[in-house]
Amino acid sequence: MKLITPIMALCLLVSASISHAADPNLARNLAATCANCHGTNGNALKGSGMDALAGMEKEKILQKLADFKSGDKPASIMHQISKGYTDAQLDLIAGYFAARK
Amino acid sequence: MMLMKRRDFLKAGAAASVVASLYGCSAGTKAGGHVVVVGGGYGGATVAKYLRMWSEGGVQVTLIERNPVFISCPMSNLVIGGTKTMDDITVSYDNLKNKWGVRVIQGMVTGVDAAKKTISLNDGGSMSYDRLVLSPGVDFMFDQIPGLDNVDAQSKILHAWKAGPQTIALRKQLESMQDGGVYAISIPKAPYRCPPGPYERACLVANYFKQSKPKSKVIILDANEDVMSKKALFTKAWSDLYKGIIEYRNNSEVKDVEVATNTAVLEFDKFKADVLNIIPPHRAGDIAAKSGIKLINNRWVDINWLSMESTNTPGIHVLGDAVFPAPTMPKSGHMANQHGKLAAAAILNLLAGQEPNPEPVVMNTCYSFVDAKNVIHVSSVHQYDAATKLVQPVKGAGGVSAARNELEGKVAIGWAKNIWADMLA
Repeated sequence: MKLITPIMALCLLVSASISHAADPNLARNLAATCANCHGTNGNALKGSGMDALAGMEKEKILQKLADFKSGDKPASIMHQISKGYTDAQLDLIAGYFAARK
Repeated sequence: MMLMKRRDFLKAGAAASVVASLYGCSAGTKAGGHVVVVGGGYGGATVAKYLRMWSEGGVQVTLIERNPVFISCPMSNLVIGGTKTMDDITVSYDNLKNKWGVRVIQGMVTGVDAAKKTISLNDGGSMSYDRLVLSPGVDFMFDQIPGLDNVDAQSKILHAWKAGPQTIALRKQLESMQDGGVYAISIPKAPYRCPPGPYERACLVANYFKQSKPKSKVIILDANEDVMSKKALFTKAWSDLYKGIIEYRNNSEVKDVEVATNTAVLEFDKFKADVLNIIPPHRAGDIAAKSGIKLINNRWVDINWLSMESTNTPGIHVLGDAVFPAPTMPKSGHMANQHGKLAAAAILNLLAGQEPNPEPVVMNTCYSFVDAKNVIHVSSVHQYDAATKLVQPVKGAGGVSAARNELEGKVAIGWAKNIWADMLA
C-alpha cells in the first residue's frame, strides 16, 4: 500500500494534466491558425492556388497532413508547418474543416 | 452569416457606448458586450472580424483606424521595386462594415482611461468599452537619430516602413535618381518590424537598377552583426543576381543624418547616398505608452500569452508588432493576424465568464521576393508552454525554402490574397 499510493497519486496527477479541461472551441481555434493561407473556415479564394479545406473529407485531410509530416508528399512549406502540430491537434483541425461548407 | 443584432447595433449609432454598457450587464454563458479595437491593420482587422463571426453578432465591435483604407506593408516592397502598384496592396474596410457589422470609425484614439474603461478620440468624443484591443503597430524613435527628429527631415529621408504615402514617395525618389547613383537602406538593431523586409527591399531595388539603371548601387547599412533572416538564401541571391550592385555592411548602425547632404552618420564613418532610406529604431505605437500599460525596455508591451492581455492592466489586449515578442517570434503581419484570432477567442471566453483556451497555438509564414518572380520563405509554429507561460517555437518544425523559386512566387501572391480576405472580406 505504501508503494502503491504514491504511484496512484502520480497517475492521477499525470492523467489530470493530460486531460485538463480543453476549451470547447479548441478545434475552431486551431483551424483558424490555417486560415491566413487556406481562407476563413477553409474557404480559400478560388484561383489563389491554396487548397480549400472546407468540406474536404476528414480522412483525406489527415492523410495529406501525415504525408507532409513524413515527407512522403513533396511540399514547399507544409512539411515544416505540419510538424508544429500534434497528431491530436491535426485530428481536431481536419474534423473542423470537414464539417464546414 | 446571420447577424441578428446588427440592425440594433447600427441603430445605436452615436449612442454605442450606452448600448455597450447594457450588453456588458447581460451575464451568461454566451459572450456579449462592446469591444473597441484601435488600429485596423493585420491584427486589428482580424480581431474585429473574428469577434463578430465567432459571437454570431453577439458582441458589438467598434474599430478605430486613422486611414480610410487598409494598405499592406507585406508586398509593399514590390511597389517600391516597381512591379506592383498601390492599388494592388490596398483593401477597403467596406466588408468589415457591411458584411460583418463592425462599426468602423476613421479617427485617432488620443487617450485611454483603463479604470473607467473609456477611450477618447481626436474629435473630442469618447467611448466606453468592456474590453479594449490595441493593435497600434509601431512608432519610430526619431530621437535616436537627432537629424531626423523634425518633419522637414522626415519628408526628405524616408523610412517607407509603414505602407502608404512614403511607399509612393520612396518609389519616386528611386525613379528620379540618375543611373550611377547610390541607394542606401539602414536597418535598426533587432527587434524591428518584419525581419527579412529590409533585405527583400534591397533585392527589389537592385532588381529595378539591374534593368533600368545598371550602373547604380544598393548599400545595406545593418546595425546588426549579421543578416537577421533567411541569411543563406539572401546572400546567395545577392551574389547570384546582384553581384556588383548590392553591398552588405554589418555592424553599421546609423547614429545620425546630415539632411542637407543626404548623409548617414555611423559611429566612425559617414556615408553619402543619392537616395537615403533610414529605418529608425521603433517601439510599440504611441497609444500603448499613453495607456499606462506595462512596457518592457520602455518599448514593447508585456502581455499574457493566453489572452494577449496586458500583464498589469486587465481589460486591455494588445496585438501584433507592439508586443514584446515570445522567443523567436517575428514582428510580422501574418503573426499579428494570429494574435488577433488568439485574442478574439480569449475575449469571447472572458466576456462569457470563462477562462481563455489554456493551450493556444500561433504560427508564422513569411515570403520574401528576391526578384519580381522568385521567392524564399521562413515558417514557424509556436505552442503555449505552461512552464514558461510563453508560446514557444516547436523544435523540428518550421524552416526556410530549399532555394529561391518561382512556385513560391505564386504562393506568395496567393498568401496575400487569402490573408487580406481572412482579415477584411
